[in-house]
Amino acid sequence: MLELKNIRKTFNAGTVNEKVALNGVTLTLQDGEFVTIIGGNGTGKSTTLNAVAGVFPIDSGSILIDGIDVTRLPEYKRAKYLGRVFQDPMTGTAGNMNIEENLALASRRGKSRSLRWAVTPKEREFFRSKLASLGLGLEQRMTTKVGLLSGGQRQALTLIMATLEKPKLLLLDEHTAALDPKTAAKVLEISDQIIAENHLTAMMVTHNMRDAIMHGNRLLMFYEGRIILDIAGEEKKKLKVEDLLHEFEKLSGEQFSNDRALLG
Amino acid sequence: MNFSSLLNTLPGSVAQGLVWGLLAIGVYITYKVLDYSDMTVDGSMATGGAVAVMLMLNDTNPYLALLAAVGAGMLSGLVTGLFHTVCGIPAILSGILTQLGLYSVNMRILGKSNQAISVDKYDLVVSLRYIPEAIIVGALFCIFLIAILYWFFGTEVGHSIRATGNNPNMARAQGINTNWNKVLGLVLSNGLVGLAGGLYAQYQGSADVNMGRGAIVIGLAAIIMGEVIFGKIFRNFALKLFSVVIGSILYFAIIALVLQLGLSTTDLKLFSALIVALFLSMPHLKAKLFSRLKWGGHRHA
Repeated sequence: MLELKNIRKTFNAGTVNEKVALNGVTLTLQDGEFVTIIGGNGTGKSTTLNAVAGVFPIDSGSILIDGIDVTRLPEYKRAKYLGRVFQDPMTGTAGNMNIEENLALASRRGKSRSLRWAVTPKEREFFRSKLASLGLGLEQRMTTKVGLLSGGQRQALTLIMATLEKPKLLLLDEHTAALDPKTAAKVLEISDQIIAENHLTAMMVTHNMRDAIMHGNRLLMFYEGRIILDIAGEEKKKLKVEDLLHEFEKLSGEQFSNDRALLG
Repeated sequence: MNFSSLLNTLPGSVAQGLVWGLLAIGVYITYKVLDYSDMTVDGSMATGGAVAVMLMLNDTNPYLALLAAVGAGMLSGLVTGLFHTVCGIPAILSGILTQLGLYSVNMRILGKSNQAISVDKYDLVVSLRYIPEAIIVGALFCIFLIAILYWFFGTEVGHSIRATGNNPNMARAQGINTNWNKVLGLVLSNGLVGLAGGLYAQYQGSADVNMGRGAIVIGLAAIIMGEVIFGKIFRNFALKLFSVVIGSILYFAIIALVLQLGLSTTDLKLFSALIVALFLSMPHLKAKLFSRLKWGGHRHA
């Protein structure tokens, strides 16, 4: 479903702020794989997701989604294949627009937009049923401005928006990091549910090792812009946080110093 | 102050406010919907006026001349949009560059800095000679355009422009070409500004190369006044545009008042600038005051 071939990206090349963000990332995702991604700050996890989404052009390498080379496609054209949820709950939705308008925008992802009316009554009913499945009562607040929702509600809405039109790949970029633990757990539960129901291929970046182990069916660890660990299947099911820490120290030859990751 | 003479100026203020209301609606599209401070307006207003007057002096139908003014305004917006999206020039600077360039263009169109068009010789759409008629025509223009814009911003394309202004990252993630939409919004906005220029030139009986100077500030003043008065009660998009027009009328009524109070016409630009600065700074100052109160009134926020 996704093929990354030796992706490289250096930010601020040739300046004192030069930062090698991606140092040859190669990865193949099969249809239906749900991969969790861990690693310290600045190791290339989110950069990889952003490279796939086309937020910036990559220096070298290629990106194929379902066999289609998207390496040179602008962000808005790749959106056709991708569902995205971001770390900041503000990023995924239009705060000045109401819930049904946001959903209507999402339902046109990858389609041409014309001078037809943006929200039809039939769609409104469809949106209502989708929202009802969240169990947050949002279906009663279809004309509420999204800016008035809580962070957790916005992330849940963004998840629905990202999957309203089935994406070839769902990108979850630390989408629970800005939420309180209880809300984060709820949003993760909703994510699992949506991925399972729609048989989605997904990538989820997280700082929480336990979440990375408990969710998905494949786990990647990033270090210095590369994938240093790739565990799937039965092996992943048996994985423990200590194993990950041990692996990390062995492979990187360093004490794992990220507090947030340890807290996992 | 002479109260009755102030009352006499009121119909004129209403007519002027309606014509400038079209410009203010144009500014609303860029400033509020697209979150883009478009400085093109000062130039494209004069371009609209120049095009309309010169065409009419060459015996073009006044409505066709207005249509051409719309087209000229749209073209100005297109230039600003391309400066910003294709050339990567910052939003405000793109508008300033177009505005500056348009001065020369407007001089070329007019041939000299001012071209008069007499209501006696030409069949004008609006004129300050016939103010009641001007009010009716101005109101009809406003109603017609608000209706069209209400429809347009309710469509899929309209929604995608709103999303572009509200959250460009989200818009792109939903497959919206944000650059295209910015250009589209600028074209639409300056089309309205061109129309306002064409109408205003007819209203005052001349097109002047300087007629657009400070137009953006008047547009902003209208938007802000409309918001202050109706912001809490008007949620509907059409009503918001309506409140912009009311704001514009109010602006010209206030201008008439301060002129009565003895301010000279050359003082008006300073007055307008200060009014807009005051209203624009209000949310910021309010927040500051509020946070200070929360700290118990002792500490600095």
